[in-house]
Amino acid sequence: MARMKFLCDSDRCIECNACVTACKNEHEVPWGINRRRVVTLNDGMPGEKSISMACMHCTDAPCAAVCPVDCFYTTADGVVLHSKELCIGCGYCFYACPFGAPQYPNTTNFGGRGKMDKCTFCAGGPEEDMTMVEYHGYGTNRLAEGKLPLCAEMCSTRALLAGDGDIIADIYKERVVRRGYGSGAWGWSTAYKNDRAV
Amino acid sequence: MTSFLGKLFPAILMAVFLLTTAPAAYAQLDQRVSPASPSTKEEVELYEQLQGKLSGYVSIPDGKLATLVQPEGREWRDFRNYYGRIISAVMMLGMLALLGVFYLFRGKIRIAAGRAGRTVTRFMPIDRFAHWLTATSFMILALTGLVLSFGRPLLIPVIGHEAFTALSTYGKYSHNFLSFPFVLGVLLMLVLWIKDNIPEKADITWIKQGGGFLNNGSHPEAGRFNAGQKMIFWTIILGGLAMAVSGYMLMFPFYLTGVGGMQISHIVHLLGTAVMVSVIFGHIYIGTVGMEGAFDAMGNGEVDLNWAREHHAGWLKTQGISTDTRDGPSKVPTGGGPVPGLGQHAGAD
Ligand code: HEM
Repeated sequence: MARMKFLCDSDRCIECNACVTACKNEHEVPWGINRRRVVTLNDGMPGEKSISMACMHCTDAPCAAVCPVDCFYTTADGVVLHSKELCIGCGYCFYACPFGAPQYPNTTNFGGRGKMDKCTFCAGGPEEDMTMVEYHGYGTNRLAEGKLPLCAEMCSTRALLAGDGDIIADIYKERVVRRGYGSGAWGWSTAYKNDRAV
Repeated sequence: MTSFLGKLFPAILMAVFLLTTAPAAYAQLDQRVSPASPSTKEEVELYEQLQGKLSGYVSIPDGKLATLVQPEGREWRDFRNYYGRIISAVMMLGMLALLGVFYLFRGKIRIAAGRAGRTVTRFMPIDRFAHWLTATSFMILALTGLVLSFGRPLLIPVIGHEAFTALSTYGKYSHNFLSFPFVLGVLLMLVLWIKDNIPEKADITWIKQGGGFLNNGSHPEAGRFNAGQKMIFWTIILGGLAMAVSGYMLMFPFYLTGVGGMQISHIVHLLGTAVMVSVIFGHIYIGTVGMEGAFDAMGNGEVDLNWAREHHAGWLKTQGISTDTRDGPSKVPTGGGPVPGLGQHAGAD
């Protein structure tokens, strides 16, 4: 079984934000919720780099570990998903997440921050695959349709790679050898430090 | 001619500057083939070692998301899942065990001279209102809070995920709303009792004698509140304030701090719970099973005369009442009208 991962090649990302827009549109993500975002380091200075970041679907995910109600689960593809039926909107997963991935519809905790929302790797949720219930709660389930996440599929510079971790790591390494430089797979040492065999 | 040279000179300077500095700037981009460049796939460093927090710029209106990687989450996770649970469980269960052992050895602390049958008013209705307002909201706050801390390992295996989510959702509503009566109660107690809780010399004697807990008969004299009660008072006031500050930070996340501040608020909130709950265990013990006659003070506000004589002689003196337990109730100066603070004990034996 494939172990799904994201890899953003920061030497290619041009901060066009198409991945962000594609994600919002594909899943009808509500206003104020950002499943994916582009962060620019050293903005406007030499060494500027942009990285498209979302949930990295960590191995031994911190969000799942700290959740008081145990609403997270990992699919056979290594995708970290959660149940909005169980989520109580406490906000703990955001405190634990290294990447700022969990998002909430409300800004205060008073009466709850609403059900947490985050990147699903276009894999839907715990509801039955490709149903309206699943779509309304979690967005489309492209993985069940045999497709990969839309953000990466439509990246114009192919900076954002999504898919089997071994394959995308191989593609990235080949690139680096050919062009002679590369600043690494952002966040991999944090997200996947436990399966470093790659 | 001179003017031509005058124009050329700055241009040459500029060219020299660009030629010498450009490679340095170019190198900073590290987008260049250099002798260190990987020549095989095996040499490509995939897991780059990030040092500390990485923040940049985002175009969306949520400043928090400008942080690319925050490694502190890992330490907070260890606290939330491991250290926090161990520390608070050891403190709370340890206190219960201590109290159990204490009860086995010391038993219920009796009124040595027996009940006098007459009572003194110790707490006015407003005092008792403040106490029970704080106490009831505290107990529900502690229970609903601890459901979040320990429910996953202890309750989910028993009642299942759906029921636990329902429980913690309603628990959270109660926790949020009861924070207001709790804070009100703490502030009321602060205003009502602070004047009797200022530390004084007699407190040192009280502490040196162990509050008379260990040996029967010796009762270090105390004012309205003894050193032990003062410690409980200040734990509740200062602890309650710390709980309120950290709790409202959790309730209104990111209004005042970033992720780091939220993690610290949570840590303060859980450790504060551990301290307060343990202290309150001791308080409840001594106010109920641990000491004869103590509950009445907060029950109906009237304490038995001999109880007051044995535990709060200093306070009785200020009320102008005899502190000698050999004096019968009749020796209590009654004078003409009703004595302030003196009444008939309803349930006297
Ligand atoms: C004084 C006002 C208080 C406020 C505003 C407050 C607020 C909060 C908030 C917002 C949370 C986060 C949980 C969530 O929203 O899902 C929380 C958790 C918690 N509270 Fe409070 N609280 C207060 C007092 C107390 C008191 C007096 C206690 C116990 C004696 C207490 C015990 C706890 C515990 C144990 C947790 C769970 C911590 C964990 O995750 O392990 N709180 N509180």
